[in-house]
Amino acid sequence: MSDLETFRKETRAWLEENCPKEMRDGAGGEENICWGGKQWEFQSEAQKVWLERMAEKGWTVPAWPKEYGGGGLSKEEVKILKAEMRDMKARSPLESFGIWMLGPALLKYGSHEQKAHFLPPITRGEIRWCQGYSEPNAGSDLASLQCKCEDIKDEEGGDHWLVNGQKVWTSYADKSDWIFVLVRTDPKATKHNGISFILVDMNAPGVSTKPIKLISGKSPFCETFFDDVKVPKEHGDGVSAVVGEINRGWDVAKYLLTHEREMISAGGGGLLGGRGIGEVAASQVGLEDGKLADPMLRSKIAQAEIDGWAFLLTLERMKDEAKAGQGVGANSSMLKYYGTEFNKRRFELMMDAGGSEELEWEGERTKDGKLARGWLRTKANSIEGGTSEVQLNIIAKRILELPGA
Amino acid sequence: MPLVLNEEQEMLRESARGFLDEKAPVSALRKLRDENNPDGFDRDLWKEMAEMGWAGILVEEEHGGADFGFVGAGVLAEEMGRTLTASPFLSTSVLAATALKKIAGDAHKQEFLPKIAGGEALFALAVDETRKHGPAKTAMAAEKSGNAFKLSGDKTFVADGHVADKIIVAARSAGAPGEQDGLTLFLVDAQAKGVSVERTMMVDSRNAARIKFDGVEATGDDVLGEVDGGYIALEGVLNAGRAGLAAEMSGAAQAGFKMTMDYLKERKQFGSEIGSFQALQHRAAHLYSEIELMKSAILKSLQDLDEHYGMAGPICSLAKAKAGEVAKLASQEAVQMHGGIGMTDEYDIGFYMKRIRVAQEMFGDTAFHTDRLAQMRGY
Repeated sequence: MSDLETFRKETRAWLEENCPKEMRDGAGGEENICWGGKQWEFQSEAQKVWLERMAEKGWTVPAWPKEYGGGGLSKEEVKILKAEMRDMKARSPLESFGIWMLGPALLKYGSHEQKAHFLPPITRGEIRWCQGYSEPNAGSDLASLQCKCEDIKDEEGGDHWLVNGQKVWTSYADKSDWIFVLVRTDPKATKHNGISFILVDMNAPGVSTKPIKLISGKSPFCETFFDDVKVPKEHGDGVSAVVGEINRGWDVAKYLLTHEREMISAGGGGLLGGRGIGEVAASQVGLEDGKLADPMLRSKIAQAEIDGWAFLLTLERMKDEAKAGQGVGANSSMLKYYGTEFNKRRFELMMDAGGSEELEWEGERTKDGKLARGWLRTKANSIEGGTSEVQLNIIAKRILELPGA
Repeated sequence: MPLVLNEEQEMLRESARGFLDEKAPVSALRKLRDENNPDGFDRDLWKEMAEMGWAGILVEEEHGGADFGFVGAGVLAEEMGRTLTASPFLSTSVLAATALKKIAGDAHKQEFLPKIAGGEALFALAVDETRKHGPAKTAMAAEKSGNAFKLSGDKTFVADGHVADKIIVAARSAGAPGEQDGLTLFLVDAQAKGVSVERTMMVDSRNAARIKFDGVEATGDDVLGEVDGGYIALEGVLNAGRAGLAAEMSGAAQAGFKMTMDYLKERKQFGSEIGSFQALQHRAAHLYSEIELMKSAILKSLQDLDEHYGMAGPICSLAKAKAGEVAKLASQEAVQMHGGIGMTDEYDIGFYMKRIRVAQEMFGDTAFHTDRLAQMRGY
């Protein structure tokens, strides 16, 4: 038996033994995610046990190095673990911005001290992170951000950073313990060259948040205010508050944005995993002679399913093409653009198929307008993480090498 | 299997590209058209391709082939799509080779596969009878009398029909048009009594024919596969052809796209390169994305034909549907972004648009395959 086959067998056995029955319902919806963090209240004992067991094994982040709380698994082993979890419909034990974003940034740009200090609590779901990027006047033009960060020596001779400014679209800021923030450390430098990537405790005096109510009626995003926030230069012995070099934060930000795009697009594809749009529509609109009773809708759905399938294959191909460890480069913009536009199209079609019944905003029948709220949520897909138009600019510039305007 | 070409396939691509750029660029097709070449392709070039193993790309080594599988055939089709190379590759090396490999008896295999690999025999597949593709609609009669059949009916849009030595033809030995059951495939000599071939000059300057079968006699030995049960076998062969056409369209779309991007970087209006205008940049970037999706679907269809031949129907429909749509968009954008010069015969881009239009139509257009996928998915 090959090593990978042995690994598969052992993994399956371990999962069988350790994954609580309640966590095997394949529930992947946002409402069932375990986010962790100090404010987190487990939805069930099973959710808690599942997180603890997986964290112990390092499998909340199977690809991260063992010394920082990861599983130290190879790409192939991670694939096997994911496949086995999928097979038994196991829920993900933990999801967070720490896992998706800060972790990869620290692994690439962080010092050993930063990794050792910040990564393990992420893997155990103890600290929940949020991301402070956009500002009211820095959206698509993110590099024009103005949140001020000054190097201050106070009367007692203490050395710290002083942060003043506002961030917006901070996901779950009100539920997070720490935030990674892009700040301007050199106001005189050209816009990309005076930015730093800094880590701030949300409990520090002067940090406040205010939820933003969206068209879906939900508030996944906040405004975050920094009002004379003192950030120690070091969050512990040798643990600098700044990731990477001072004034070189844009490199970290760009890397993370690329990472975020890959993730958003992978999410868009993943949503296809369950029932197809056609299947759902057939159960709602009905069939005539084996075909969807609404021929115009049928044709639109079939076209969308073609694009969705081809998109999933493209995700697969890009992953296979990318050499181990490297991302997919500027193609992440293509995946982000196509994946999010496709997701919007998919929800439009599901709303079409759902008809008047899915328009009920409240009540048990629609679970308080679950589809309608999801449909409205997708409208942000092509805005957050860089708008579709920004992605198209990046493709034109970096991949097609078209001249600048 | 990773969704990428392996080293061997990459090498095949490189050598094919080098060869075609030198021997069969678009100017070669233009020349064939302008001199009204009676074959519509260059027989000497086809000999060279055969010597390099291209004609027998799907044929097993025991029959003298290169045995590179469908991915290898797709690589060649894509490269020929880039240069719009006219050759009997699709009809002989993909369609006929697949049919012989997958359904023929040993005698047929022994006789014809080495000839295909050697570039010594040309084949054509005759399926369509009406202006829109639909194998189940086949009406051409195969009247049984004892162990023999009499074939009568008209076929159209037969690629390479006018140069073929042998014709694989789908006829109805039972049932009624519209039914999948009752089809039989025959291998008929193009010179047989009662066969009359009319070359049809197509918009892409490539070959097709209308073929009349007037009481053509065939025996049980001429049957490929099962009597009355030819539909599934035919679908398999058509799937290979669809994936091959999709790969060819992909090559043509990518070449047209490259020409267009080069043009955007060089053409100046209003004092700047037109490629600096966001209106064009966004359309180019969108098209780039669509081309990447098309490439993924096609590679997967070719891999599946190699790995799970009998199950490759849906993925081949995906590839053909997506390629038809994306290559069409690529050719339209190419002409529009080139502006006036794109409308001139002197410029090559029009040749791409014409070839893509024909390849789009052959063996089912995007609408045909979209409908087919919806049916397969139960809605």
